[in-house]
Amino acid sequence: MSEVEETLKRIQTHKGVIGTIVANAEGIPIRTTLDNSTTVQYAGLLHQLTMKARSTVRDIDPQNDLTFLRIRSKKHEIMVAPEKEYLLIVIQNPSE
Amino acid sequence: MEIVYVYTKKRSEFGRQCNFSDRPAELHVDILPDPTLAANFVERDPCDVPLQCTQEMSEHEVNTERYESESRGINHVEGGWPKDVNPQEMEQTIRFRKKVEKDEHYVNTIMQLGSHMEHCIKQNNAIDIYQEYFAEDEELEDCEDQPSAKTINVFRDPNEIKRTATSLSWHPDGSQKLAVAYSCLEFQRATAAMSMDSYIWDIENPNKPELTVKPVSPLVCLEYNPKDSHVLVGGCYNGQIAYWDTRKGSQPVEMSTIEHSHRDPVYKVIWLQSKTGTDVFSASTDGQVLWWDIRKLSEPTERLVLDPSRKGNLDNALGAISLEFETTMPTKFMVGTEQGLVVSCNRKAKTPAEKIVCTYSGHHGPIYALQRNPFFPKNFLTVADWTARIWSEDIKESSIMWTKYHMAYLTDGCWSPVRPSVFFTVKMDGTLDVWDFLFKQNDPTLSLKVCDEALYSLRVQDNGRFLACGSQLGMATLLEISPGLCTLQKNEKALATAMFERETKREKILEARHREMRLKERSRSEQSKEEESKEAHGEESAEDLLAQAEKEFFDIVEGEIKKREKEEEKYKEKEVCEEKTAEFNHKARCVFHLA
Repeated sequence: MSEVEETLKRIQTHKGVIGTIVANAEGIPIRTTLDNSTTVQYAGLLHQLTMKARSTVRDIDPQNDLTFLRIRSKKHEIMVAPEKEYLLIVIQNPSE
Repeated sequence: MEIVYVYTKKRSEFGRQCNFSDRPAELHVDILPDPTLAANFVERDPCDVPLQCTQEMSEHEVNTERYESESRGINHVEGGWPKDVNPQEMEQTIRFRKKVEKDEHYVNTIMQLGSHMEHCIKQNNAIDIYQEYFAEDEELEDCEDQPSAKTINVFRDPNEIKRTATSLSWHPDGSQKLAVAYSCLEFQRATAAMSMDSYIWDIENPNKPELTVKPVSPLVCLEYNPKDSHVLVGGCYNGQIAYWDTRKGSQPVEMSTIEHSHRDPVYKVIWLQSKTGTDVFSASTDGQVLWWDIRKLSEPTERLVLDPSRKGNLDNALGAISLEFETTMPTKFMVGTEQGLVVSCNRKAKTPAEKIVCTYSGHHGPIYALQRNPFFPKNFLTVADWTARIWSEDIKESSIMWTKYHMAYLTDGCWSPVRPSVFFTVKMDGTLDVWDFLFKQNDPTLSLKVCDEALYSLRVQDNGRFLACGSQLGMATLLEISPGLCTLQKNEKALATAMFERETKREKILEARHREMRLKERSRSEQSKEEESKEAHGEESAEDLLAQAEKEFFDIVEGEIKKREKEEEKYKEKEVCEEKTAEFNHKARCVFHLA
């Protein structure tokens, strides 16, 4: 098993983790642990949100950049780790 | 080139020449200070100086233009794939993903992001920084709030010429939709330009009706089928009955034939409780109650003429304006008439004459609303003339409870479906009254001005929380009432039963007494008639009567005096007793002190 696989598997085994999605710069899901329609929805919407958040941070200070995005909601927390080419999205239920 | 204008005027025409000269200053008058005048000076004390500390404010009113919104849908499809990959083809997408996963940059990125992400996940699992410690206590609401109601939405008749919202019907499940029937009930006021449509509204969207119901004659009433929420039955102004299926569009699915329909506007239709869920019955001011099966609307299945003499004569019939049907009593129904009489009927009687069981009288005008209490079906509510009355089935001569005569005419009313002691009424002056007879009998618990025009219809949603009122100019207002008015109170059912029973008993006693008095009067009048016929001398009898009246008067006065004396004596005795006890107490206390 490759290192990537191992890392993703380890993330998935953490307490409360509901799903892990890797999406590319266009918001296309590359890898997922969720079903197809949910994945497409999460990847598409979070990609847009992340892009918007990144541009906001950069507009405020051009030397700054977005490194991580945490969205706390009533039901769970959505964490997005953005990079130039890829997004790593993890949905976690922290109260579990 | 130069233009030169020359004007000339003689010196003598300018007037007198002024001649200024210099001369020393001269004094014209000298007023010396007078100290005696100082004595007249009065210092102002206290001295009023107005000051304004607050910010100056002004009030302006601006009526913004009506905001119209519209719901539109967008269908999102999966996108962002490279041009040569078809997202519908599994093979291509899998191949694309595999290719990306093999990319070295991908591996590096994920490794890096993965460690970052793991850190956050662990953080979340280590401690919940958003935990609320005392969240549960805040949930306790105080139920003792003031009764109130707030307007949630207003649905206006979208047509140029406004018509009255004559009937309202809630969607049987979910309460997301409200069917409103619009028609002009004023005699010969309906013009040709007036629209005949009625509408079904989505309560979230007041800008555009969800469905337009297109009858051939304006609808006076419109009812959802409680068994099949797609089907609605409507009664037309011309007496026809029609039904709609919302899946089949705006046009009626079937209509009754004119020759077998009512001859007057159909004021009320009600769905019957039947296996097929297709049976309705309707009432009209032509004095008929007709039963229909909507699968075959060509002819009514049954007919009843509301002739109080039970001869089935249509000329004598009472015009029906309201209907009541309780599903727990499938054979019984009641009709409210234009003449102020409530007619109780039994559908399954053997002969047509027996179908009219009894009548209840007491109102002076048309009965616009008639409803049995949902918890105590023996008691029913009527709304007519200037009052709302509550009746008991057992007492036919008078109601057991009633409101005072209002200044404005009452037009509709209904019970709360969740509280046995709460009912609602609407009036011509645009107010909605909420009554709770366990709380207040003389006045409404809540009186709310809904709009400036007259209100004509009222309907409560099944959960008792939402109610809709229809106005003269076609405005249907959706209101939400405070939770106190729509949650069953402790002991309420028992208290309401007790109240109904007590009032019924009181009315029964009164009725019996009235009957007795009437009997006596009758016998007395008969006697006096006999006496009169026997005695020809009228003068003597007059003298006798005077003497009798005098004697009676003095008897009463004497009796009263004696009564008072007795009471005074009693009072004195009491006082003496009290004094004694006071003394005793005092002594006892002294003894304690000594001890």
